[in-house]
Amino acid sequence: MTVTVLLFASYADLLGTNQLALDLSDGATAGDALGHVQSFPGADRLPPNPLIAVNERYARRDQVLATGDQIAIIPPVAGG
Amino acid sequence: MRCALVDRPIELGTIVGEVARASNGATLLFVGTVRDVNNGRAITGMDYTAYVTMATRELTEIAREAAEQFETDDIVVEHRLGSLAIGDASVAIAVAHPHRGPAYDASRYVIEQLKQRVPIWKLEHYVDGSREWVGTPVKTRETGRLTPETATVIQADGA
Repeated sequence: MTVTVLLFASYADLLGTNQLALDLSDGATAGDALGHVQSFPGADRLPPNPLIAVNERYARRDQVLATGDQIAIIPPVAGG
Repeated sequence: MRCALVDRPIELGTIVGEVARASNGATLLFVGTVRDVNNGRAITGMDYTAYVTMATRELTEIAREAAEQFETDDIVVEHRLGSLAIGDASVAIAVAHPHRGPAYDASRYVIEQLKQRVPIWKLEHYVDGSREWVGTPVKTRETGRLTPETATVIQADGA
């Protein structure tokens, strides 16, 4: 299945992009998607346990993904 | 109740007007502004970015929680995105309620939750020309430590 990964702010700068497409096996979790991203060039400086959102809601690592899901890796928020 | 991320100046009078109601005896306006120093470093300006769809959803959820907990639907929140100068309003929260106590509580609830949950980020511009994402625990190559204090300075492309 194919999912989209969104990157923002400092994480987008580290990876050099704000969006990636990933091909994952059926049954893959949000944590699996994160693991793939962490193996990309530049990703060695990401923190090991960043916040994750799936389809615009904060999610746990063990959330099972479906094709077309949008996974966001969320840097520490700084609004206000 | 209304929540929005905007890319134009926040019109404070307008949002105060939106929460006005004859039954309300207390109206509060909280305004967050860009200050000229952060952590001892002089700042010249700030860029705000967001995961806009999720941020709007999360902000609306926070306002709903405040409305339910403090019993008023008269809550308007705007957060600005884009390039802001010192003194510009980055966020404004208007709350009106029949009584001042719940109005203060609701206003405080919204800003505190916003700062914890809403996916918005700011890139500070310093007087020496460098820029840094606020609060990002990006691991530095030198130390491998994961603290905001050691966050790497990241130059924005082409700016």
